[in-house]
Amino acid sequence: MGMKEYVAKKLFAAALTIFGSICINFLIFRILPGDPLRMIIKDPRVKPEAMERLRRRFGLDKPLWVQFIVYLTRLAQGDMGMSFWQKRPVLEVVLDRLWPTVLLVGSAFLISLVIGVVTGAIVGWKRRSKMSALIYSVSLVVYMIPTFWLGILLLLVFGYWFGLFPLGGMKTPGIKPGPIGYWLDVLNHMVLPLIALIFWYFGEYVVVMRSAMLDVLTEDYITTARAKGLRERVIMWDHAVRNALLPVTTLTAINAGWIVAGAIEAEIVFSWPGVGRLIYDALMKRDYPLLQGTFLVLTVSVVLANLLADIVYGYLDPRVREEAAKL
Amino acid sequence: MSHLVRLSDLKEYAKLLLSNRVGVIGLALIIPFIFIAVFAPYIAITDPMKVGTSEEILLPPCPGHPLGTDDMGRDVWSLLVYGSRVSMLVGFLAALIGIGIGSFVGLVAGYYRGIVEEVIMRLVDIVMVIPTLPLMIVLAAVLGPSLWNVIIAISVVGWPSTARIVRSQVLSVRERPYVEAARCLGAGDLRLMFSEILPNVVPIIFAETILWVSEAIYSEAVLSFLGLGDPMHASWGMMLHFAFESGVMSVAWWWVLPPGMCIALVVLGFSLFGSAVNEILNPRYRELLYY
Repeated sequence: MGMKEYVAKKLFAAALTIFGSICINFLIFRILPGDPLRMIIKDPRVKPEAMERLRRRFGLDKPLWVQFIVYLTRLAQGDMGMSFWQKRPVLEVVLDRLWPTVLLVGSAFLISLVIGVVTGAIVGWKRRSKMSALIYSVSLVVYMIPTFWLGILLLLVFGYWFGLFPLGGMKTPGIKPGPIGYWLDVLNHMVLPLIALIFWYFGEYVVVMRSAMLDVLTEDYITTARAKGLRERVIMWDHAVRNALLPVTTLTAINAGWIVAGAIEAEIVFSWPGVGRLIYDALMKRDYPLLQGTFLVLTVSVVLANLLADIVYGYLDPRVREEAAKL
Repeated sequence: MSHLVRLSDLKEYAKLLLSNRVGVIGLALIIPFIFIAVFAPYIAITDPMKVGTSEEILLPPCPGHPLGTDDMGRDVWSLLVYGSRVSMLVGFLAALIGIGIGSFVGLVAGYYRGIVEEVIMRLVDIVMVIPTLPLMIVLAAVLGPSLWNVIIAISVVGWPSTARIVRSQVLSVRERPYVEAARCLGAGDLRLMFSEILPNVVPIIFAETILWVSEAIYSEAVLSFLGLGDPMHASWGMMLHFAFESGVMSVAWWWVLPPGMCIALVVLGFSLFGSAVNEILNPRYRELLYY
């Protein structure tokens, strides 16, 4: 399968997925038990006539397929409705939150990739040492710790008890520092959520890298390298690690797709003003248009990021394209 | 060639499992919690929902309350003990339902092939790309807070990956000679699907279910932490929700540490046990996951 054909196939699949998730997004909020209007207006004192008027105004008296077409047309114009809580268009509110999430999760993603791969390589290489076993078990356990709980612990210890870091948010309110001061302030707020996220990603990379190393170490070319009398360091980094990196690329491609959606728990605990926190805010304020819009933006970003990862991966490894041709 | 698990094999599998260190550690973590969940009324000190008097609010650990009390004077130990029930119940039920739907869909897709398979697998692809946690949050929010709705939200999100795994297994099983033989003897579609093919997919489904319990327990904890749990049934996630929202968690470590630790241990236990079972029953599991 050529690159062009592969990209076309992936593009088509992505378009289909986006349409599918738009449908699901529409249906979840209409078909499920409960009157959508009653979800918004909790007050039982609102008169039936007033409800009827609102129903007509929102177009909820029309058949479902008409509602769907109206929804699609509005969506195509970038209109996701108004947020009750923020009194602003939903799309605007969500887009404002995109950048902090990408900043936080992107940094966590890159840092843990580097540390995780190096640790996994060392642990796999020195697989018989006690130290390796210890490091490996610790990273497994760390991976299993609920991220939101880890976040709470970090907040408790370093935020409340030692007072080393701010308790949440992204900027200190009320001060207007220069560009350097601004970034230092953001960095200071970012440390704790970053640690919580790195812990989570890190374990995964250690596990994958270690098992890839173990596979590679049984290969003949490692024996050959030894027989040639190469130094251990050279065998490890140039022969073993290089070849063990392929499964890591798969994992990286998968994880890269989840950057926007990956930090909900950490964002909530640390009040980080990202998309994940927005879901929580919308939930707490019972702002359903905002919840629906945030969910759609999250889904579409995941699909697009996955598409990009697929294309890069297919470009790097022709075997992936062959696999895709078979499906 | 058949993967069918016979009763005589079970002993063999159990032996393999007990010699697997990871599996034993997993079991050792799970069993105490199952015990606590089953015998909760005997292990708890008081009714976990019983609100204490004003002197009983936020007590540090003391003889009457081994793990202290929360901001409503409820006994943390009892909350913790009853919380294990919610975790286990939601974990097992959500896993069973999700796996059940996934297996059925995978079986149908793999057996009928053609347009049925095409449509089902496209749907699976779509649902799999939707980020799981936000989907669960939205479902739980729209359905409203109740134990069943949490279970539904978790299982609705979980079936596609099972469907994919089961389908790929069915594809290889359906071509085997004995299935052909059964068809020649006049077995109908349903019989072929459920009594010839399904038993051979069971090992995979079984291992998946255990891993799934781990995921489901974690998901329940997150949903409850977000305040989407059933307020009538205190769970570990909900304890953390109240602690976090109360604004006094910095003084009450006894209220924050235990629930999180329980979640982490149970999730770790099921996932270790599940991977050990997987290793024993399906050596080729990983290849299946990434096709």
